[in-house]
Amino acid sequence: MQKILMKGNDAVAEAAVQAGCNLYFGYPITPQTEISEYLSRRLPDTGGVFLQAESEIGAIYMVYGAAAAGKRVMTSSSGPGFSLKQEGISYLCSAELPCVLVNISRGGPGLGNIQPSQADYFQAVKGGGHGDYRVLVLAPCSVQELVDLTYLAFYLADKYRNPVEILGDGMLGQMMEPVVFRNPDYPDISKEEWVITGKKTRERRIILCFALDPKELEKLNLHLAEKYAEMERSEVLYEVYGSEQPELLLVGYGTVGRILKSVVREAEKQGIRLALVRPVTLYPFPKEILRGQARKAGKALVVEMNLGQMVEDVKLSVEGDVPVYFHGRSGGMIPTVEEIMHRVEEILLKGGEARENNL
Amino acid sequence: MKTIFERPKTLLEKPFTYCPGCHHGLAHRLLAEVIDELGIADHTIGVGPVGCSVYIYVFLDIDFVMGAHGRAPATATGLKRALPEQVVFSYQGDGDIAAIGTSEIIHSAARGELISAFFINNAIFGMTGGQMAPTTISGQVTTTSPRGRSTVDQGYPLKLCELLRGLEGSAYLARVLLTRPKYIREAKEVFRKAFLTQIEKKGFSLVEVLSPCPTNWKMTPAEAVAWVENTLAHSFPPGEIKGWEETGHAG
Repeated sequence: MQKILMKGNDAVAEAAVQAGCNLYFGYPITPQTEISEYLSRRLPDTGGVFLQAESEIGAIYMVYGAAAAGKRVMTSSSGPGFSLKQEGISYLCSAELPCVLVNISRGGPGLGNIQPSQADYFQAVKGGGHGDYRVLVLAPCSVQELVDLTYLAFYLADKYRNPVEILGDGMLGQMMEPVVFRNPDYPDISKEEWVITGKKTRERRIILCFALDPKELEKLNLHLAEKYAEMERSEVLYEVYGSEQPELLLVGYGTVGRILKSVVREAEKQGIRLALVRPVTLYPFPKEILRGQARKAGKALVVEMNLGQMVEDVKLSVEGDVPVYFHGRSGGMIPTVEEIMHRVEEILLKGGEARENNL
Repeated sequence: MKTIFERPKTLLEKPFTYCPGCHHGLAHRLLAEVIDELGIADHTIGVGPVGCSVYIYVFLDIDFVMGAHGRAPATATGLKRALPEQVVFSYQGDGDIAAIGTSEIIHSAARGELISAFFINNAIFGMTGGQMAPTTISGQVTTTSPRGRSTVDQGYPLKLCELLRGLEGSAYLARVLLTRPKYIREAKEVFRKAFLTQIEKKGFSLVEVLSPCPTNWKMTPAEAVAWVENTLAHSFPPGEIKGWEETGHAG
């Protein structure tokens, strides 16, 4: 298959088209605007719809309407724009409407900046809006994985009738890498049973996002919980890399995940055995592999481009069995291999006396 | 035997749950009559509001999508863009459409979105118990303007039809009352024109219904009807705000 040199944002957009995305609604925000620009050129040629919304709020409810019509639909944004979409994401989960959300995240809080960051981890995996819900979260570490996970995202959204978020960052969105488009041809999930089309000759249908009777609402929430439990059983994705007998386990996702691969290789040159677990699904979180690998290594170091968010889930996963250290950079700063190596040496040399975090 | 009056097919046989004297029931019935007469029930989709009429889907025998407060025009946009041959309408109260959802309705109109909005204006937040709305008139007492709405402190009522009138995408805008049989007959023709504006792909259409809320206005139903005619209609003059003549619609 042909390799194409492509920018991450363009690659997501192209993969979405190939995955059968019929409609896209978005609002410009750096560093993801190329997704909108690409689809404004490309979608009309495929018979699809591109519409620039008046706001992120407008965009997410256009997604809501198109998803109710049973179409494959996507929106994308970054940091502040994703905050505005949170209300709609909660409604999409409640109404069980499938869609794909792409967050090419940037530095926060507030307007923050337009540099790469992982500061939106909590918002993405813990449910950034109101109510008791979950969004499947996929975390690519390369342009190729952005493409592959975009195909997967549309399939999982339909399979679970739930939004799926691709959580990238400004680095992945903006960088160019060679990429191959291999559409895996996931099975089609029929939407015949629930889709809104006008009633035609059938009984009318209603898409609801509320139940004023608490017994009914609890029933809906328990039904959602069953879906989340099924995601946890069936959809966990991760990559394990490095030594089979590690002295220390590294944990990082996305852009940091690939930096940590360089750290593993650099350490090997110096005779230090490291292993890496790179979660690819952030929800569901790869708890079991983390627990196993952390026990084997005896200690773990979590590296993130934020002040410590996923580290909480790593700690929950290892259940206090081993010490969990943290190294984070924030505000759009990207950790270097050198600084992480320094931290690794500090932890391995000082052991229990090493600082828990770098702050 | 000749049938001279019957329940419209699209109006389900469910007792209305609205307060006595409220005109949501009348507006629902008019929608049902017009949907039946145009023969569009099989391909019409309603998008509901958050507010008293959040239960509209209970009463009309058509597909419905319920969503968030104020966002119905955006949801309707998504539906219409996905299903361009279906008829899509939103049904919204004044808090929904003229406060929290102002952005969504203005931009839907500006795009000339091929949807119809039915806007029930009772100058108050009904479901939450009678708070000041964007359409509350000067001097009107509500639970959050207990001394009467002061234009100095709380500004002026928002006249949505007049606001949308300047937008080129707006093809049909009208304000109606349902307080007398004559007005109801006139309103029905307005409802029909709103749907036809969409069906004939002329642009965005909106019908504003001035509607009584005896419960929150603390009036009897009869007093509330009189207040709509004598006071509310004075602030919000009924009629076609932008008719087919003006937008070059053949009719």
